[in-house]
Amino acid sequence: MKYAVLIYAEPDAHEAVGEEGFRSMFQEYMALTEDPRCLANGQLQPVETATTIRVQDGRTLTTDGPFADTKEVLGGYYIIEAANLDEAIEFGSRVPAARIKGGSIEVRPLVDR
Amino acid sequence: MPANPGAWLTVTARNRAIDRIRRERTLAIKTRQLEALGATVNEPEPEPDTDTVIDDERLELIFTCCHPALALEGQVALTLRALGGLSTEEIARAFLVTEETMKRRLTRAKTKIKQAGIPFQIPDAHLLPDRLDAVLAVVYLIYNEGYSGRVDLAAEAIRLCRLLAQLMPDEPEVHGLLALMLIHHARRHARFAGRELVLLEDQDRSLWDAQEIATGRRTLDRAIALRGRGPYVLQAAIASLQSANPIDWSQVAALYGQLAHTTGSPVVELNRAVALAQAGHTEDALVLVDRLRDELGDYQYLHSTRAELLRRLGRAEEARAAFERALALARSEPERRFLERRISELK
Repeated sequence: MKYAVLIYAEPDAHEAVGEEGFRSMFQEYMALTEDPRCLANGQLQPVETATTIRVQDGRTLTTDGPFADTKEVLGGYYIIEAANLDEAIEFGSRVPAARIKGGSIEVRPLVDR
Repeated sequence: MPANPGAWLTVTARNRAIDRIRRERTLAIKTRQLEALGATVNEPEPEPDTDTVIDDERLELIFTCCHPALALEGQVALTLRALGGLSTEEIARAFLVTEETMKRRLTRAKTKIKQAGIPFQIPDAHLLPDRLDAVLAVVYLIYNEGYSGRVDLAAEAIRLCRLLAQLMPDEPEVHGLLALMLIHHARRHARFAGRELVLLEDQDRSLWDAQEIATGRRTLDRAIALRGRGPYVLQAAIASLQSANPIDWSQVAALYGQLAHTTGSPVVELNRAVALAQAGHTEDALVLVDRLRDELGDYQYLHSTRAELLRRLGRAEEARAAFERALALARSEPERRFLERRISELK
């Protein structure tokens, strides 16, 4: 099964652990991309760079940000191939954001096509 | 090459997992026997028949139903439905929710197992303890559904718990729960006279299964030797005290106090009130019960307890009203008849 492993954290939460901690977490993120189960991955630019699009009555409306009320924002993702949810949870539990303050990992199965 | 490689692989993987768990269990037993040489906790339990495929499949099923990725209420409902064979309506009643709510809960849990790929397997050894809490809650709820008359379910819960105790011999709460259920189960024949409900204090103790109580107490000793102080161990200790003659109700109330502290449960507080009343503090008990009325307003036993306290205090009119409130909420026939008897005695 394919799963999306979505990484949520408060902006700058990773940097807040200090330079050395940040470097070692970055290594962990990179190591996960080398895991044979990892099919794709991506790190998102900060939420300040986001643009939201809506189409109403044929007109495209764009607005700055989402800047939702929630403090946690989507910061990146892995797409993995795992035998079952336990394996996906095991992968997700190794993502650094899972253990930093205010951070969390959402694991969600992809629709099988 | 086997005829059906897929099925063969699954079975092999499962057998390997079980073999590993068994090896670790044997090692754990040996280690403990070395440590506890001469202690009283070593008397071996009769071995349940874990070697059949059906038992292994039941364990796989119970761990799947109790997967932490499911909402706890969904885990409990699903296991009762899949392993306990209860109807949705019976499960709803056990949880004080409507049948419609329970149906949604079950559907949601089943859909998630399928769509999120929750595996049908006994969890890896390092995950077993984490999965335990929900499993034990489920087993205890199956037992409680059997407690009001469905003895087959109570025996089923005890059987499941014995299996768990074998799989996880070092978990005190498993032994605690097993002890608790055994001691309660030993009193099952004394709980009814014909079809009428008999309260603990009025029970004919010669009808208690002395051997089962002894087994329960040995199991409790083992849990305590494993340094168990969790909710099930505490409840087993209470059940053990209540099987003594005379019953030390102050001690029982104190243990309920500890249990309430651990669990924060208003139902436990209600039980503490009962113990206080039995220890002679009827007024204190009533104050405590009245404090719980907001939280347990729809709980039959709050009203029956309150009614009994009011009756003992000679406040017949209020007692009758409270018994009637309990009667309106009661589902089990023997309990209904018991309440009706009390009401007519007060007229």
